Amino acid sequence: MRGRWLTTADAGLLACHACDLVSRPAKGAAHVHCPRCGAPLHVRKQSSVVRTWALLIAAMIMYIPANALPVMNTDTVFGLERDTILSGVVYLWTSGSWPLAALVFFASIMVPLLKMLALTVLLVSVQRRSTWDPPQRARLYRLVEFVGRWSMLDIYVVTLMAALVQIGSLASIRPGFGAVAFGTVVVLTMFSALSFDPRLIWDPLRAKHG
Amino acid sequence: MGASQGMSASEIIACHECDVLQRAPEGYGVARCVRCGAVLFKRSPGALERTLAYALTSATLFIIANAFPIVRLELQGTRVTTTLIGAARTLSQQGMPEIGILVFLTTVLIPATQLSAIIYLVLPLKWGRVPRGVAEVLRFIEGIEPWGMVEVFMLGVLVSLVKLAALAHVVPGIALWAFSGLIVAMPAMASAFNPRDLWRLVPVPQ
Repeated sequence: MRGRWLTTADAGLLACHACDLVSRPAKGAAHVHCPRCGAPLHVRKQSSVVRTWALLIAAMIMYIPANALPVMNTDTVFGLERDTILSGVVYLWTSGSWPLAALVFFASIMVPLLKMLALTVLLVSVQRRSTWDPPQRARLYRLVEFVGRWSMLDIYVVTLMAALVQIGSLASIRPGFGAVAFGTVVVLTMFSALSFDPRLIWDPLRAKHG
Repeated sequence: MGASQGMSASEIIACHECDVLQRAPEGYGVARCVRCGAVLFKRSPGALERTLAYALTSATLFIIANAFPIVRLELQGTRVTTTLIGAARTLSQQGMPEIGILVFLTTVLIPATQLSAIIYLVLPLKWGRVPRGVAEVLRFIEGIEPWGMVEVFMLGVLVSLVKLAALAHVVPGIALWAFSGLIVAMPAMASAFNPRDLWRLVPVPQ
């Protein structure tokens, strides 16, 4: 990949993020819009690195209450039981449904952690203008985009449990504040991944070989 | 532009992940970026008809999935059932409106909007009529796409069923079967839907 590739930015063109049309911007125009669909055009997503960092750091902060606070409070005749995300996994494990425990562990604990770690790696490498294996980092980004949504699993489980387990004085389940924090983490990391511009991974190659 | 290279604007495509300019391949199949391998677009024979068929199937299943209870819980003569919207509403009543709204958006409102928007575009096109506002609707579909999470919800239902089975007798409801169909029909629709060819309907002013 030595200077063989012509990018849109090299050619002085702009690609529309919405309709994919490649167009030549009019000279001297301050704000360029796509001639076909009218979407605003930018060479790269605007302040991509700063926005991605801001959303990522906010997600990291919310990750603490998301794991420390209970996501589900079960009120039974035997007393009040507070479940965090991790204790929910432990419950599934000890009650014998270990495939399900593994699934929830992966979706609720591994995915958010790996996603925040991956975005950190991508951001740091882009800021250092690293030329280290762009195809691998591009794959990492695609993975982050793909798996992010699956962390919503626990939110849906809490919702259904709380809606169904209202059996008078026997047992009732209420969502805890941890669920709100966890939902916030999922939404923030998704917005963070959407703000990241994967083209930044490839840009240092242009400078090097251009 | 591009006249000097002998290409028209519709033939050249920029990879949205690595920015490399390349010729958009003709014919059917999955077009991938020559440098980074990102999927540029998918084109399949009869895409319009298949998109429409899957969209109408999904819409029917979606209505059933929301109209009927997902699951029924039985314990010592007490029966509790819930629909999806009912579950979201219960959460709001329990003092967690944020979660109720998040669930409602990702599993009801956004998938419903997605389905309506695609049917709005594809149904008239089947009979050769171009609906109004193609550009706006296509941009809108693209924008909300990451936030529809029906398949994640389905997995959440299965996890809840296992957890609930320890507490009480659990009877799967009609909506559960509709959801099972929906997680096949909606991805099939998304896979057949090819926005690139629909964008060609929108004229480029010269």
